[in-house]
Amino acid sequence: MIEVKNVDKSFDGNHVLKNVSAIFETGKTNMIIGQSGSGKTVLMKSIIGLHRIDKGRIEYDGRNLPDMQMKDIRILRREVGMLFQGSALFDSSTVLENVMYPLEMFSDSSKEEMVERARFCLKHVSLAEKSFNLAPSEISGGMQKRVAIARAIALQPKYLFCDEPNSGLDPKTSLIIDQLIHEITHEFDITTIINSHDMNSVMEIGENIIFIDKGKMAWQGNKGDIFHVDNEALNGFVFASELFKQVKKANQ
Amino acid sequence: MSLLSDTGKYVLLMKRVLVAPDRWKMFFRQFPKELEKLGLQSLPIVAIISVFIGFIMTMQTKLNTSNPLLPVYTTGLVTRDTLLLEFSSTILCLILAGKVGSNIASEIGTMRITEQIDALEIMGVNSANYLILPKIIAFVLMMPFLVVFSMALGVGGGYFVGILTNIMTTGDYLIGIQYAFIPYYVFYSLIKSMLFAFIISSVAAYYGYYSYGGALDVGKSSTNAVVNGSILILFFNILITKLMLN
Repeated sequence: MIEVKNVDKSFDGNHVLKNVSAIFETGKTNMIIGQSGSGKTVLMKSIIGLHRIDKGRIEYDGRNLPDMQMKDIRILRREVGMLFQGSALFDSSTVLENVMYPLEMFSDSSKEEMVERARFCLKHVSLAEKSFNLAPSEISGGMQKRVAIARAIALQPKYLFCDEPNSGLDPKTSLIIDQLIHEITHEFDITTIINSHDMNSVMEIGENIIFIDKGKMAWQGNKGDIFHVDNEALNGFVFASELFKQVKKANQ
Repeated sequence: MSLLSDTGKYVLLMKRVLVAPDRWKMFFRQFPKELEKLGLQSLPIVAIISVFIGFIMTMQTKLNTSNPLLPVYTTGLVTRDTLLLEFSSTILCLILAGKVGSNIASEIGTMRITEQIDALEIMGVNSANYLILPKIIAFVLMMPFLVVFSMALGVGGGYFVGILTNIMTTGDYLIGIQYAFIPYYVFYSLIKSMLFAFIISSVAAYYGYYSYGGALDVGKSSTNAVVNGSILILFFNILITKLMLN
């Protein structure tokens, strides 16, 4: 479980996060949603430790990140996997080498065991074997996301972060990626945090949803409740598209 | 203010770079690739420039020192000492600041803007050490070979003046390049070039590592790496010459 308590973060006097508190539960797909510029990316980067917060606590199962030395943060990060918006695969390595990288860096397994584990992870995300020796630039965006997921789970992380996992993908591939993240979360009992503004993803896999509005935590709940909340900012976000307006109308 | 802040950031970055790698195995996997990319791939440009500079330097020296009072070996001696003292170390490093510096800055800068460096950090890797240390060590170790290679080809280029033109004899040139030879000049040149190699690679890595934005910004980082690397080379050239030759 990751607990964020009274977190503040400013950049050059611009107060981006204002007293944000939230709980991200283990074995669930926790989603941070909000409009562009609401502060959700800053919140996620603060939780990971890429931004140092001004005030508050970020507890990874009781371990407070802002109190840690860099050496301890590095050790904690070995329990973290991350799926970046642009996949962030190493373009000088093949697909298989990308997944093997964290294993080579941090595990003491033999080369054969590492290859086996990397192949297992790639097969787990349904990547065809013929792609294993291709460069990331030679595969599609959806496949790159799968490789990034495989790399993120290679070391069996306790925490998985996904920054806009559906960005740049078609609706069908988005759905596949969403389901993959959901399956992995439950199968390995991971604390997954997904940063998204895609309402389709929210309705597909959102088990614990945190809505950020103008740097504040404006609502926390699940996808079952999201249509019935009396929160103007949240309603404006959820029912922005014609599709969800129709869904709301049908529900009424 | 920017100079102070940049210097501080550079020193802090080097503090992260110049430590033992997390995994030596990974370092030694990356190291030969850097030797090849930064060193061996620089050989053609070093060869072409050195031969032509040696050739033209000999021609210019001969044509502009036609005083009969000057000994016949003057041209060879001037060519040799110019190559040994300045061209094959300083000028060559200024050229390599363009080639290698822009290569390092753009490679690391692209990794920064495509979040590959963030990915390394999230994995718990010391990204600065992992990416930059093999480049610095590889380039510093390759530089003496490039300098000696350049000296040999430069002096060789001068020799061809005697063969291809009639302005001097090869015999005069050969006497000149052997006359009053001071081996310490080679040592001085090698030490100087290794310092310059460190400056080129570390300054370029600094600008690449702190790139932000998009492709345009990586281009700016690359330009800054070359310009500032070159200025630092010129500055340290004066300093090290004063220290080693005074």
